[in-house]
Amino acid sequence: MDHFDADVLIIGAGGAGLRAAIAAAEADPSLTIALVSKVLPMRSHTVAAEGGSAGVIQAHDTLDNHFNDTVAGGDWLCEQDAVEFFVSRCTPEMIQLEHWGCPWSRKPDGHINVRAFGGMKIERTWFAADRSGFHILHTLFQTSTKYPSIKRFDEYFCVDLIVDDGRAQGAVALSPSTGEFTAIFARAVILATGGAGRVFRQNTNGGIVTGDGMALAFRHGVPLRDMEFVQYHPTCMPGTGLLFTEACRGEGGYLLNKDGYRYLQDYGLGPVTPEPRNKAMELGPRDRLSQAFWQEERKGRTVTTPGGEAVYLDLRHLGRAKLKERLPLICELAEEFMDIDPAEAPIPVRPAVHYTMGGVLVDIHTASPPVGLFAAGECSSVGIHGANRLGSNSLAELFVFGHVAGDEAVKFAKGAPAAQAGKLLDQAKASAAKALALRDQKGGGERHAVLRKEMADTMEKGCGIYRVGPEMQETCDKLAELKRRYRDITLEDRSAVWNTDWISALELGYQLDVAEAMAHSALARRESRGAHQRLDGFENRDDVNFLAHSLAHYREGAAPEISYGPVKITKSPPGQRAYGGLGEALEAKKDAAHA
Amino acid sequence: MPEAAIAEKTVELRILRYRPASDDRPSFGSFEVPYAEDMSVLQALQTVKDTLDGTLSFRWSCRMAVCGSCGMMINGKPRLACNTFLRNLPPGPITIEPLNNFPIERDLVVTVGDFVKKIESIYPYIIPKEPKTIADGPYLQTPAQLAAYESFSDCINCMLCYAACPQFGENPDFIGPGAMALLQRYNGDSRDGGRQKRLDTIHGEDGVWSCTAVGICSEVCPKHVDPANAVNQNKTNSAFDFFLRFLRKEGAR
Repeated sequence: MDHFDADVLIIGAGGAGLRAAIAAAEADPSLTIALVSKVLPMRSHTVAAEGGSAGVIQAHDTLDNHFNDTVAGGDWLCEQDAVEFFVSRCTPEMIQLEHWGCPWSRKPDGHINVRAFGGMKIERTWFAADRSGFHILHTLFQTSTKYPSIKRFDEYFCVDLIVDDGRAQGAVALSPSTGEFTAIFARAVILATGGAGRVFRQNTNGGIVTGDGMALAFRHGVPLRDMEFVQYHPTCMPGTGLLFTEACRGEGGYLLNKDGYRYLQDYGLGPVTPEPRNKAMELGPRDRLSQAFWQEERKGRTVTTPGGEAVYLDLRHLGRAKLKERLPLICELAEEFMDIDPAEAPIPVRPAVHYTMGGVLVDIHTASPPVGLFAAGECSSVGIHGANRLGSNSLAELFVFGHVAGDEAVKFAKGAPAAQAGKLLDQAKASAAKALALRDQKGGGERHAVLRKEMADTMEKGCGIYRVGPEMQETCDKLAELKRRYRDITLEDRSAVWNTDWISALELGYQLDVAEAMAHSALARRESRGAHQRLDGFENRDDVNFLAHSLAHYREGAAPEISYGPVKITKSPPGQRAYGGLGEALEAKKDAAHA
Repeated sequence: MPEAAIAEKTVELRILRYRPASDDRPSFGSFEVPYAEDMSVLQALQTVKDTLDGTLSFRWSCRMAVCGSCGMMINGKPRLACNTFLRNLPPGPITIEPLNNFPIERDLVVTVGDFVKKIESIYPYIIPKEPKTIADGPYLQTPAQLAAYESFSDCINCMLCYAACPQFGENPDFIGPGAMALLQRYNGDSRDGGRQKRLDTIHGEDGVWSCTAVGICSEVCPKHVDPANAVNQNKTNSAFDFFLRFLRKEGAR
């Protein structure tokens, strides 16, 4: 087996991985950085982010405002020290991206323009039309080519981490192009593999978003934290789940039920105003909006489309010129995919799974429990999102914590001995053999595509917008059954070159482990908080018993074990989470008390 | 087969297959999948892979025409499979082949490494005219200055323009439309001072002058980037630059 010696290994080359690679290359140009990605870096799913990235920049805004919005938006399940650090680093990272060439949208005088986003008190979302993620990813990728110490492994699929003696020391990667494995040894390893939304049926995610890094760490004993918190984005294309950015509402779009009524006013989000009003109506947080959709559907006030029940996203009043300037990708999606001109007709939308708030447990320095392992971005849980992420905080997270991860990994690598290649190579060979065994096993003749569909269906049924115990239990049982059947699948393709049958079977293995962590964490949380809402006697938030992070621990051949860890509260004691008029009244009361 | 299944509307996909371990040369395979009004060619291919033949290989990810993975020849034209809908194609079988002008690795998967090297070769990053620190804050850039390069920054690297370009077909070393658009994206950026360095990369015989101005690159671009316009601007710049180097003090390098 080939092997490569690196100082820092980064798995995943989306926003977080590329930012980490650049930070590491700048921190010490003498170190070798291996950057592994299962797709060309510019295909990474950061590319699909639309609306923008948060960073306080207006004179009347403050870091405290961003902190408070984020912590309340997360229903107080946030690590407040991490949030405090995060909000202080967002704007410098946005400026760094600007210096690297990101085509941020501008005001007429050439200054950065910002837009409103859900749950944010003041406009602070930096944007590049509605292709923010695309522009950021291409900017980062192109900038990364300037650093000779970054050695890319494009289109290498990671089958295992190398962990020896409690220390992460590399990974085993398969090149689909040849079918050969390479062992990559490193003094420090960063996971930046993104989320896991594809375990659900209707989702906004690209096909590659299969939780690889989460599962890899999980299998090596790293807890997955807060996995029950899965974000439904309220405005997605029925059927495919493709995303219509929150910026549609930030720019002033309305959500209407089948009667043309702005129904959000019935769910504590009013008052109704014609112009967008921060933290009210359509600019409420995603969990509340998705829950309101669910209620409308139960009341029979949605429209039926071939892709399921839907409400309308009405952008007509924004006018064609503004739509083309601010939301060109949205127009393109509506026109090409749905034959709808958003300047002429409202767009049917419904919630779809968008984001995993939880992930690989890391501390504020992005360090994971095994020595030498770091994680950043959606695959990680640094604790800034709590029970519900605010839109535009996830892109910012990539750069703030990708940067930290790069710096910390370099610091660690410089003080750590080199990997012992001989000993580790045996471990790598065993990992490769295991992956090959899945490809070549006789099995019972079942296709993995069948399992994937059943997994996505059962996750949607049991772990959707609202949850009840028996359905979650059913999902847990179903996942156990699917894992049994997975062991006995038969691949049709046993060849070496571009065997995508094999890659997607390996990905399904990751997905099933991550799905189990989600479903069991959900079942165990007997309260309602943020994106985890129950209807079976646990409708309220329970700070006495559940102001705590869930931790899912992997168990070979058995369901994961769920334990709990403390939440770091620094300056914002848990309070009432309110939006619209009530939220404004509560805030005024708080301000008066402080004055 | 039950009657309902027979009555179901279907569509035939003729897909060029090639498995290097077992096939001497590529040949067509035919598949019949259920037709749906809102189905994309990508979804049709996924249906083949998930239900008929798991050995079919193709790249895909975002499903929304922004990641650039799923470029292929559809009825002879380079297109993204994810935003090409069955309803918009003429009735009858749909022919699907790997992107023209690239070596086939397997089925619809072509070699992309050389394309990435071209992108890397033109210094695809800001070479600051006036370096700034983070504390200095962002550069000012007016909407008009942004508009000067913005459309060239929309390239998703899907390589459709390379599949359409007759010149690239004849000379795989030709820098090609996508890389030229990227070059123009940075050369047109008010923050950048690296124009000369980049122009130097495209004076040669595989550079901008290889283009014979067919313009089909812009026609097939799914993002309206207009690489032909980038090539034209670069020809002008390259010619101007060529002339200038005789006047410059340091002369031709």
